[in-house]
Amino acid sequence: MTDTRQIQEEIIDEFSILGDDKESTIYYIMEIGNKLPSFPEDERTEENIIKGCQSKVWLTTRFENNRVIYLADSNTDITKGLISLLIRVLSGRTPQEILDTELYFINKIGMSTIIGSQRSNGLVAMIKQMKLFALAYQAKLNV
Amino acid sequence: MALDLHHIRSLFPVLHQEVNGKPLVYLDNAATTQKPQSVMDSLTRYYELDNANIHRGAHTLAARATEYYEKTRLMVQEFINSREPEEIIFTKGTTEGINLVASTFGRKFIHKGDEIIISTLEHHSNIVPWQMLCEESGAVLKIIPINDKGDIRLDEFDKLLSSKTKLVSIVHVSNALGTVNPVEYIIEKAHAVGAKVLLDGAQSSSHLKIDVQKLDCDFFAFSAHKIYGPTGLGVLFGKREVLESMPPYMGGGEMIKEVTFEKTTYNDIPFKFEAGTPNIADVIAFQKALEFVNDLGKSQMVVHENELLSYATEKLSSIKGFIPVGEAREKVSILSFLINGMHPFDVGVMLDAGGIAVRTGHHCAQPLMNRFNIEGTVRASFSVYNTEEEVDRLYDSVSKIAKIKNK
Repeated sequence: MTDTRQIQEEIIDEFSILGDDKESTIYYIMEIGNKLPSFPEDERTEENIIKGCQSKVWLTTRFENNRVIYLADSNTDITKGLISLLIRVLSGRTPQEILDTELYFINKIGMSTIIGSQRSNGLVAMIKQMKLFALAYQAKLNV
Repeated sequence: MALDLHHIRSLFPVLHQEVNGKPLVYLDNAATTQKPQSVMDSLTRYYELDNANIHRGAHTLAARATEYYEKTRLMVQEFINSREPEEIIFTKGTTEGINLVASTFGRKFIHKGDEIIISTLEHHSNIVPWQMLCEESGAVLKIIPINDKGDIRLDEFDKLLSSKTKLVSIVHVSNALGTVNPVEYIIEKAHAVGAKVLLDGAQSSSHLKIDVQKLDCDFFAFSAHKIYGPTGLGVLFGKREVLESMPPYMGGGEMIKEVTFEKTTYNDIPFKFEAGTPNIADVIAFQKALEFVNDLGKSQMVVHENELLSYATEKLSSIKGFIPVGEAREKVSILSFLINGMHPFDVGVMLDAGGIAVRTGHHCAQPLMNRFNIEGTVRASFSVYNTEEEVDRLYDSVSKIAKIKNK
């Protein structure tokens, strides 16, 4: 499996092709959001909603073979697109790998200008929650 | 004579810029309108030449600032045709105006078991102050329902009215749907049972000709920033006898006649309700906004805004997946809609990417959104400086966006 840095570089490349055209960038984000795997309906609960996001975001995980699988969904396609980028980088990795990953691609692709500062706060909340899951699994492994 | 849009637009510097590489199309006028250069010049001029505290100073600058400040009161009196300038109270905005009435009139005259009537169309600022008052006093809040088109149900209103009704507080024009409420009927009926009426004029004040004497409302609250004026300034009109019967809102300077540690006597209206140093600069600059409206003539402005609304409604209705929200009998300036299969927020972000500013979300009217079983809408709202070409831009972008989910 490629490391998180390589995947982030891939994303940066994809966004650089789109250039400064905000319209195409947003369309692209929505497009990848639409490809997000479907979220288990029985886990679409209040508890799985991430606090601090403007739109609704549900996040849940599986822990298989010492790897964290993230499943997420949102009621808006743009948010789904953002989630799918995070999942692409972090999902299927060991808790330690996730905790060690610095998500530098977000700044590199100019995410805050794309989605605005309010949404950026939501993105931060999302990342925090993903890392918290990793931390919890890591703690479990160490017991 | 048609409006000279080229000239009008030249008065608003903010309109002449690119957003995301496209010429800005500003269609969020129901949230706030842009300001003509004259308003900005007036603000600068005040601070450069006239800045002083008002009403008490013995010096020339203080006298000048006071004169200009009070001139705005006279202009506002004329703008809404109140009987006297003393019936005009400067506030921070519509929200403060409503809260003022809830805190003073409400506390004094509304008690346990009394009823306050509002409607499903209300903005949160005309819901929450009454809920707070009801919680404190034991009064009961009653809600006039609406039909699927977004019109108020007058038959239901009639049923809600009774001798228990102490206040009807209702929006004149809905900020989320653009519905113009039949307030004349509501006021007449409410008065017949002895209730007072407050009109939330945040939206109506910039689009409809307001005559508070003809309307016969007891209160009328609106905001300067939605009528091309500065932010942080509003007006509460109240009939003299009602205002005089009310206790003060905030305690402090300006609102007193005489203070001793034993007893304080209060100033006359309007000063009784204007404690502290007011927003002098913005009050003075508001004159220029009123002049802008008076020069063009509200009736001419409304004709233009209605033409834009009809043009936009008709054009966008032809888009596959376009769902209008709110099709009231009488509407002004506001086109609320959804795109089938898409979240309003996504639509808003995509429009912004194309340089078009609209509002998305619940528009501070969550109970209304619940009534339609939706989370929110996309809202395009028009103003006098908007053009048909801008509506065409909106149409082009919405068509493109709608195709994503409506092939």
